[in-house]
Amino acid sequence: MSASGFATRLVALTRKETRQMLRDRSNLVVGLVLPVVLILLFGYGLSFDVKDARVTVVLEDSSPTARNVVAGLRGSPYIAPTWASSMAEAERMIRAGQTDAILRVPGDFSRRLAAGDGQLQLLLNGVDSNTAAAIEGYVGGSLALPGQQQVDRGGNKPAAAANITIVQRMWFNEASESTWYLVPGLIVLVMTLIGAFLTSLLVAREWERGTLESLFVTPVRPLELVLAKLAPYIVIGAIDLIMCLLAAKYLFQVPMRGSLWIIIVSSLLYLLVSLGLGLFISATTRNQFAASQMALLASFMPAMMLSGFVFDLRNMPVVIQVISQVLPATHFMGLIKTLFMAGDYWPDILRNCAILALYATVLIALSRRSLAKKLD
Amino acid sequence: MARLITYIAQVLSLIRKELLALVKDPANRTLLFAPAIMQALLFGYGATYDLTNAPYVVLDQSRSAASTELLARLDGTGVFRRVASLTSSDQIAEMIDSGDALLVIGIPSDFQQRLASGQQAPLQLILDGRNSSTAGLASAYVSSIVTAYNQSLGNTSSLTIVRRAWFNPNLESRWNIMPALIAALSMMQTLMLAALSVAREREQGTFDQLLVTPMTPLQILIGKALPSMLVGILQSTLIFLIILFWFQIPMNGSVWLLYLGLAMFTLASVGIGLSVSAVSLTMQQAMLYTFMLVMPLMLLSGLLTPVRNMPAILQVATYVNPLRFGVDLVRRVYLEGATFADVASNFVPLLAVAAVTLPLAAWLFRNRMA
Amino acid sequence: MSDQDLTVSVENLRKTFKGPDGGEVAAIDGISMSVRAGELTALVGPDGAGKTTLMRMMAGLLKPDAGSLSVLGIDVAADPQSVQDRISYMPQRFGLYEDLSVQENLDLYADLHGVPEGERKQRFTRMLEMTDMARFTERPAGKLSGGMKQKLGLACTLVRSPDLLLLDEPSVGVDPLSRRDLWTIVQQLIDDEKLSVIVSTAYMDEAERCAQVFVMNKGKLLAEGAPDELKKRARGLTFTATTPDGMPARELQARLIDAPDFIVDAVPKGGNVSFIRQQDADEARIGELLRDAESEPRDEELEDAFMMMLRQHEAQDGEAAAKPATDKAAPEPRRNEDKPVIVVRDLVRKFGDFTAVASTSFDVAQGEIFGLLGPNGAGKTTTFRMLCGLLPATSGHLEVAGLNLRNARAEARGRIGYVSQKFALYGNLSVRENMEFFGGAYGLRGKALRKRVSASIEQFNLDPAAQSGILPAGYKQRLAMATGLLHEPDILFLDEPTSGIDPLARRAFWRTITSLAMSGVTIIITTHFMEEAEYCDRIAIQDAGEMLALGTPREVRKQAGDAGTDMNSAFIAIVEQGRAARDNKAKDKERAA
Repeated sequence: MSASGFATRLVALTRKETRQMLRDRSNLVVGLVLPVVLILLFGYGLSFDVKDARVTVVLEDSSPTARNVVAGLRGSPYIAPTWASSMAEAERMIRAGQTDAILRVPGDFSRRLAAGDGQLQLLLNGVDSNTAAAIEGYVGGSLALPGQQQVDRGGNKPAAAANITIVQRMWFNEASESTWYLVPGLIVLVMTLIGAFLTSLLVAREWERGTLESLFVTPVRPLELVLAKLAPYIVIGAIDLIMCLLAAKYLFQVPMRGSLWIIIVSSLLYLLVSLGLGLFISATTRNQFAASQMALLASFMPAMMLSGFVFDLRNMPVVIQVISQVLPATHFMGLIKTLFMAGDYWPDILRNCAILALYATVLIALSRRSLAKKLD
Repeated sequence: MARLITYIAQVLSLIRKELLALVKDPANRTLLFAPAIMQALLFGYGATYDLTNAPYVVLDQSRSAASTELLARLDGTGVFRRVASLTSSDQIAEMIDSGDALLVIGIPSDFQQRLASGQQAPLQLILDGRNSSTAGLASAYVSSIVTAYNQSLGNTSSLTIVRRAWFNPNLESRWNIMPALIAALSMMQTLMLAALSVAREREQGTFDQLLVTPMTPLQILIGKALPSMLVGILQSTLIFLIILFWFQIPMNGSVWLLYLGLAMFTLASVGIGLSVSAVSLTMQQAMLYTFMLVMPLMLLSGLLTPVRNMPAILQVATYVNPLRFGVDLVRRVYLEGATFADVASNFVPLLAVAAVTLPLAAWLFRNRMA
Repeated sequence: MSDQDLTVSVENLRKTFKGPDGGEVAAIDGISMSVRAGELTALVGPDGAGKTTLMRMMAGLLKPDAGSLSVLGIDVAADPQSVQDRISYMPQRFGLYEDLSVQENLDLYADLHGVPEGERKQRFTRMLEMTDMARFTERPAGKLSGGMKQKLGLACTLVRSPDLLLLDEPSVGVDPLSRRDLWTIVQQLIDDEKLSVIVSTAYMDEAERCAQVFVMNKGKLLAEGAPDELKKRARGLTFTATTPDGMPARELQARLIDAPDFIVDAVPKGGNVSFIRQQDADEARIGELLRDAESEPRDEELEDAFMMMLRQHEAQDGEAAAKPATDKAAPEPRRNEDKPVIVVRDLVRKFGDFTAVASTSFDVAQGEIFGLLGPNGAGKTTTFRMLCGLLPATSGHLEVAGLNLRNARAEARGRIGYVSQKFALYGNLSVRENMEFFGGAYGLRGKALRKRVSASIEQFNLDPAAQSGILPAGYKQRLAMATGLLHEPDILFLDEPTSGIDPLARRAFWRTITSLAMSGVTIIITTHFMEEAEYCDRIAIQDAGEMLALGTPREVRKQAGDAGTDMNSAFIAIVEQGRAARDNKAKDKERAA
């Protein structure tokens, strides 16, 4: 068969796949609308940054000192303090889910403080452990330390105190905003979604409807089938990528410190990986239901939970880390976050892109093989 | 009476058929329970915000007793793991960029002298902010270690905060996430099963055959809803058992209340699934629409991030999300030992969703034109 | 013979599949055959004969387990692609892309086969003209009727002139008109282009057109030869019995076919009964069977020979088809002509601005077999769905057992049985599970349910443990019937129940139907096998939603005039007259406007 036969068939098949994709509205809804919904949800809806945490203060010591100490809470942008008259009431509030934490100032607080041993009790609802930990930090930071106040009033430096102070710098995400790492991660999710989920139905549908049997007995080659199925979804993926990038830059002001072209190239590489995975699953299961479930389980759920998207890989047990290293999503997730927030770090780029390219080649080769023109 | 028995027998035979059809397909059999178990285990270990073994490197230019002591405290927490000691500040960027280290601790050469002379000794802390949550946690840990060290130097601030966390004493994020999975993981499949149940019959032409039998839409609805609910609750039970016995997260509430809540939650999910199913003409449509729904439902449920952190408008939108109330209910019953009165308000939106979607689905059975 | 003369040569071919019980099932069991080039060759045989497997192996889609298979001189197993580059293959269910238009489907296949731009235009014009689809090029393939889809499938396979054309049961579920069109196309291409064609079919009139016929059963070759040669096997054994006045032909037919020791086969035809006698049957006994019916010899047909071969092979295997339900049925017909059980008046159904059923009226009496005939897309299924209450009527009046099932109480539906067009039972449940479910849905339970299910399983000779979805077509149909009859309905709706099943199974099926009618069950049936209309008491012919004819088969044949010698040509004539009248009316309207 000549090269021109290959080209003609590829163009014809690609045209067919494109038409089918465009005519099925549900495809477009998942391919184009869902990413927009996700962008908005991730950008605006999801936030790990605790704001206005509800801390109920139980002031059993009404001395000015005690009042002064807790007054600092009001100054904190993260805390919205409320007041309760008794511990019993506050505990009821915590049980009813009306408050997240209780700060108890014991009756002997000011007396013991004077004696150099002031103690406050912080009672947290640990169900939302993340918020609880954050509240603990904020409360500690916002309480006005009597020592410092005295210093300020006196205008004098305190008596020499040997002390370690922390000079902290948060690289890449100075303001410590979770949006900054959620949005790049979103690109991974969207690419996975387009790739694996949409394509997982493609071949399975043709098996179920019997269209492959007719197609097989033509000069068509398996590779042409694979490439034609990929093509329209690469376009959809590219559109989604552009939407994500625009949203990241203009809507959420996430910095883009790496080169744009590397971001695009690596994203497209990953898109190929997930398209290949979806196609492979589709061609082997030959059943739409099983294929879509497999695709979800094999690509989407791990990409969301185990790729380092929200849960830092470094916190996971070794076994899970090993599993996560097998996932292509993990490699792309690391790379895209670095590219966005840290910049071009070449060893990372080269290694991860090589891994992605390898995955893409293997998966597409496997899809080609599973589309060998055989019915048994 | 005889009529009632016949009525029930008809529903039972539909339920039996639905379950048989589910169990008979080997692909289904594995898809029903294996993923739930696998995900529960993977997420149980993987889905954690807690810092463990966070890699750090140190650039100790002081090499003094004080710096050694401080680093020993850092290593002693079990939270941090020293992966390298640097010799020059030029190496810092490399360690952070490559992700080999989450944080770099820099100790200046005059560290010991400054402390000895009663001055403030700055400790440099550089964090990888690519995951700002982890970085924030690491920073909090370091500062608490430094505070403790300061206290040991005898320069205590006189104010201490005694922390006590209810329901989750060590503030482990696994305790937060896992009980929520009892609802969240099973919802995926319950929705999908319900969504496919009618769409599959329509696509294969069996739905007409079912509609010409004397069964009423209500009977078909019950017969379709109960098997999906049963599967959902079985999945939840599996996850529940894994959490309780494998991860050993203590259960504080009543099992009955937990199951009552799960039943309501599953009912609402099945209602949504069946409505999607009754609208869809093909299995493909049913699957894609379900997927369209699942993503926002998951994200807006409070599973990963608290609902209260969301913008007001999205918070309002979560009222139609059964998962939001399912997650909240399960968490509170499981961890807090909440009583029925505590969580009663969660039942209202769940029932409301079911009360709208189920009749809608039943109506659509007959009135959706092919 | 040289390679030039042989398109396909098969030597000791074997192909086995894994059976449901894990054992090996031989789909092709040591077949050897040679197919000559430039000819029309037929593969005939009942379900499970291995026709499709053989076709798929020729197309390089399945690998033989043993033996050799060469197509166009190429070893298919070794180099399937070279074969696929040169042949065209139309599978049983041609995979049209339903969301693509007619033109787009054609373009796709033309591109895939590398048809040059220059030739394409001429070819398309010819194909569209032959299939009469030039008007519909923009229509999505999914919106075409079954017959049109099949024609488009053929057009797609024939976008270029292949060296060999494989057609796997191209006319299953296709109405007589489309079937005739399909064959016209194939015949023209054979005449013009010296095409080599292998076709598998269940229609003997189609096999009769072929130069060479291979008769297969259960993976084995039973006979081969030219139709005229094969026919000879039935010479001298074929007769026509004239039914006495006032007796439906099917009653005589039933009597004859129930005596397999003397009669090989009997079918109603043109108001009389055609039958084949057993070679060694006692003349006197046949006379007894015929009673007062006159019989005279008639010319043998290929179908006669085919039925003889199948019955013989079957007798050797000792396998029985479904037993007719005669034993238990009341012999006294409970017919009541005065009180119709189904009344349809001016029934109309529109989908948007498309009229699927236009002002249709008819009655069906109790115990009657009423046939609803018409081309694909004529509105038969829509009418059925309205009668069963699955679809609301746009306007008009309809009554089934005195009720409109759409608004009637649910129990009213318990009196009807419905067997839909495609196999609509749960494929992954076993036969027994399917029956138990539907029995339960109809309110049977406990002992009564078990008894009914066991009785039906025995009556229809089904394997209760078999998985329904992988049964051969004939068995699926039996299961569907058994299920539809579990609750002993008064009225039975059958939508193309015999489509795609072999002649043996169809005989058994009709025997069941006729005895049901005898016992007073009202039956409404649609079919594409026009000879089956002969079993009906009355038939109606519908086209484009309109009623063209209504009456007994004899009356309808008479309406067709000269063409009405057999039901098939009568049907074609009536539909064509109807279409011509409609076209004229449309033209008149245009002129008036």
